[in-house]
Amino acid sequence: MGNTKKFTAVVVGIGLVTLSACGSSDSGDTGDSKTVTLVSHDSWAVSKNVLKDFEKKSGYTVRVLKDGDAGQAVNKAILTKDNPQGDVFFGVDNTLLSRALDNGLFQSYEAKGADRVVPEYLADPDKHRVTPVDTGDICVNYDKAYFSEHGLTPPESLDDLVRPEYKNLLVTENASTSSPGLGFLLGTVARYGEDGWEGYWEKLQDNGVKVVDGWEQAYNEEFSGSAGGREAGGDRPLVVSYASSPPAEVVFADPKPKTAPTGVADGTCFRQVEYAGLLSNARNAEGGKALIDFLLTQEFQEDMPLNMFVHPVREDAQLPEEFVKYGPQAEDPQTMDPAEIAAGRDQWVKSWTSLVLK
Amino acid sequence: MDLARTEVAPGKRPNRGGAARLGFIALPVAFFGLFFAYPVAAIVARGLKADGDWRFGRIVEVAAQSDIRHVLWFTTWQAVASTALTLLVALPGAYVFARFDFPGRQLLRAVVTVPFVLPTVVVGSAFLALVGRGGLLDELWGVRLDTTVWAILLAHVFFNYAVVVRTVGGLWAQLDPRQEEAARVLGASRWAAWRTVTLPALGPAVAAAALMVFLFTFTSFGVVQILGGPTFSTLEVEIYRQTSEIFDLPTAAVLTMIQFGAVGAILAVHAWTVRRRETALRLVDASGTARRPRGAGQWALLAGVLGCVAVLILLPLAVLVQRSLDAPDFGYYRALTREDGGTFLVPPIHAIGNSLTYAVAATAIAVLIGGLAAAALTRRDAGRFVRGFDALLMLPLGVSAVTVGFGFLIALDEPPLDLRSSWILVPLAQALVGVPFVVRTMLPVLRAVDARLREAAAVLGASPWRAWREVDLPMVRRALLVAAGFAFAVSLGEFGATVFIARPDSPTLPVAVARLLGRPGELNYGQAMALSTILMLVCAVALLVLERLRTDRTGEF
Repeated sequence: MGNTKKFTAVVVGIGLVTLSACGSSDSGDTGDSKTVTLVSHDSWAVSKNVLKDFEKKSGYTVRVLKDGDAGQAVNKAILTKDNPQGDVFFGVDNTLLSRALDNGLFQSYEAKGADRVVPEYLADPDKHRVTPVDTGDICVNYDKAYFSEHGLTPPESLDDLVRPEYKNLLVTENASTSSPGLGFLLGTVARYGEDGWEGYWEKLQDNGVKVVDGWEQAYNEEFSGSAGGREAGGDRPLVVSYASSPPAEVVFADPKPKTAPTGVADGTCFRQVEYAGLLSNARNAEGGKALIDFLLTQEFQEDMPLNMFVHPVREDAQLPEEFVKYGPQAEDPQTMDPAEIAAGRDQWVKSWTSLVLK
Repeated sequence: MDLARTEVAPGKRPNRGGAARLGFIALPVAFFGLFFAYPVAAIVARGLKADGDWRFGRIVEVAAQSDIRHVLWFTTWQAVASTALTLLVALPGAYVFARFDFPGRQLLRAVVTVPFVLPTVVVGSAFLALVGRGGLLDELWGVRLDTTVWAILLAHVFFNYAVVVRTVGGLWAQLDPRQEEAARVLGASRWAAWRTVTLPALGPAVAAAALMVFLFTFTSFGVVQILGGPTFSTLEVEIYRQTSEIFDLPTAAVLTMIQFGAVGAILAVHAWTVRRRETALRLVDASGTARRPRGAGQWALLAGVLGCVAVLILLPLAVLVQRSLDAPDFGYYRALTREDGGTFLVPPIHAIGNSLTYAVAATAIAVLIGGLAAAALTRRDAGRFVRGFDALLMLPLGVSAVTVGFGFLIALDEPPLDLRSSWILVPLAQALVGVPFVVRTMLPVLRAVDARLREAAAVLGASPWRAWREVDLPMVRRALLVAAGFAFAVSLGEFGATVFIARPDSPTLPVAVARLLGRPGELNYGQAMALSTILMLVCAVALLVLERLRTDRTGEF
């Protein structure tokens, strides 16, 4: 019986401890004003010394919560905006900006250094609810080796992609679940207009475009030009990715090649701008403001390209050599006003889904 | 389900019993109200309410969309096909495990159960390694099944094989073979004897198993997401996409309600078949019914079933292990301890500790809540209300984990219940799926305790607490351990809800696997395989221990 008693005591004990734990809010939120929390997506990255430097200068400790991919992170932030998980959110881009603003995710704060930002990247100029931090171009990448082996010229524009010589070569992402996929769709809408984009996609489909769920799958499995894709036996020499993907292929290669194995089709690009903002119900608003200022400092802006493979928004930020060489920004990318995206996005994605996926 | 015992005639019970039952049921009701009904209602309301007004018109609007109808259609037919295929493959298995005695039977019975408690992400990755690009089939014959419906159906068979083997086989092992023999002596052919004697006895168990498989495949998430590509979508996957990616909360809310209705209907039918199963059958001790196979036919059957198990269950698991060992010197395992992976704030190996801690807490909660609920449900003469509660306890198995996860985020965020950033949130969500297993394991055993023993103890002056401790507990202790083990295993594997609420700095094993799979690069993939293998081994060990503890083999799980 002794054993039984002990057993009972253990079971009941565990139960009570657990239940009492439910009652007390054992909160991991550090309410103290010396910690500032940044909520972002999985791609957030910064050099350790740069962050340390900020912590030392400002006196704040930075806690980072990486929360899924960009779209998910934005949605989760909106759902929890009354009682946010952090003070600053970084990583909403122009394709989703209206969703964040309409839902009241951010409060006004004009960052120090905003005057050095390339003016066309500034959004919400009256209320300053968001601060642009970086830009990136979503472009079709090509596998140089494939095209030279087959004696083919790589495509240069969206128009080229529907030509018969590029049949069955392109892989892209699901526009409803992937941000490069959405960017590419918006690029085609911007280029061919409300009346023409569906016709263009029909032609793309006739020309054998393949759609996969996410960027990882498209770039690292299907695309023949990436290090991962070569290993996985990818057989599509054209992929929707970023203008910064070629420098990434160089930086992460060992040994480093003399020239990037992939190139960018310049006339296929859509420009993305990523913003940060002070969350509406931030506990540590002061710390949050300091953190946003930090994101616009020259130090952070110049550290960013090789960490997140994006371009700085400050006019005076110097680009690393690999970027100048292999990842120039597109000359004349497609763009679209966030308000226009807001008005059309859901309907375009819906039509695209039934046109291309069903 | 307490088939082997004699029915206890419901005698007159003192009122005190009713009060005690109310006491028992109060905690589970509060638990489910607070941590299930309230969060789910909150997220659904968020979707259907705009500017303070309910928009029920949305339900009709959404249901009328052709792509939503397409999802509904696919959800239903793949569930029907998966269930049929699972029955086809697993019923011979149920027979073999029930009636044949062969070396390694117990071990194999535990091994075929491993997939059932594995998280769907791991199942998905195992099948991807088998039928995906560069997978075994691709290397051997150039066959790729990912993004086809075949991969989904096969994975569902892999996943649910044990449900049929355990539910049907458990009963089959206890059917008296002499009944069938008697029919044959009286001149019936082998087939006629089986059809008229065994089949009717098994019918309700087969129906119950089929319904459980239907429920699990109807609400399939991870398998469809990983293997289906962008074109296949079940209701559950669509709820996830609408909530998490497209952010169309109204549509997600409507879909949640549709799924809720469907699952409610499935559970109602299930409850009915379970009750039918409780009708009197002549049962014998399972240990006496199995014998060595005799004759070429039986050996062929055994060989066929073992072959099926090898190809459908052992092979995917083996491919997982092999992939995890692809790097020299256990490179993928060693990489798990490194901090510079970038995917996490901590080395992935920490996920093991997190998972175990969460699972222990979740098990404690599930055993406490499920045990109390089972105790309240024990009485045969329990009223309609209590019986309804029985079915309600199963609902978390069929309601979108995504809905629960998001519900937690928006409903449990205010004092005194601001649990959102508390570690206890994860075990609470996991306990929700553990409780049904605890109830289903405990209920038959509790019902089998002779109430007269308790009454005798009371007459002799024991307090109800003491009567419980001295009479019930010694009898149910083993069942309690089995229940705890199962709750532990499903908590370890829970993915859907955890992925939404696990803090980035303390991922669980399944969450870590999913994140690693979502990152590019050989090393991340290898680490995902290594973590999956570790998780698989932990589950297998837990199940082997359970096999040793288990006495009553008629339970469903």
